[in-house]
Amino acid sequence: MQCDPPPGPAIRAYTRRLFISMTIYAAVLIAVIKLFQQPHPPTGLVAILLATFPAFPIIGVFWAIARLIVETTDEYQRLLFVKQILIATALTLSIATVWGFLENFGQVPHAEAFYVSILWFAMLGVGAPVARWRA
Amino acid sequence: MKNSLKVLRAERNWSQSDLADKLQVSRQSVNAIETGRYDPSLPLAFRIARLFELPVEAIFSDEA
Repeated sequence: MQCDPPPGPAIRAYTRRLFISMTIYAAVLIAVIKLFQQPHPPTGLVAILLATFPAFPIIGVFWAIARLIVETTDEYQRLLFVKQILIATALTLSIATVWGFLENFGQVPHAEAFYVSILWFAMLGVGAPVARWRA
Repeated sequence: MKNSLKVLRAERNWSQSDLADKLQVSRQSVNAIETGRYDPSLPLAFRIARLFELPVEAIFSDEA
């Protein structure tokens, strides 16, 4: 009988969604960069819309993580995922807040807001062993 | 909460994996419940009780 994880249907669906999102992200980002590098780059509303496009596959990853929690049938594993996400969120917000003040007082260079998402993904990696320590 | 899962499992000669398969949860979950690090939800507690053909309070106890 199959239960999750390892590697369970919920994990398999998550891995598939993550792969699809990242593939779309790479394709969309390259396309948008090329459009903005043209001699006559897009302007106005079109430019605004195009500039938001690379964000959507990243939002897709957030959705995939939400689905992972919903679709994980093992309640203890679900708790561990939630703990992992809370650890990642706490670390990310703490680092972003410290960075914001450092930037405000001219001690570090400016960082675009989307780095918060990248940092959060990295912190999920940190949160995984911490949440499962002695689990 | 305390529980007698380990004893009940041993009486039936089941490994943690055997019990996990029967409950459709991960072996890690069985281990966490057995060692008291995780208290199962009511639905899972009832599934455990039904599997061992015992009342829930015969398996789980809230007394220290």
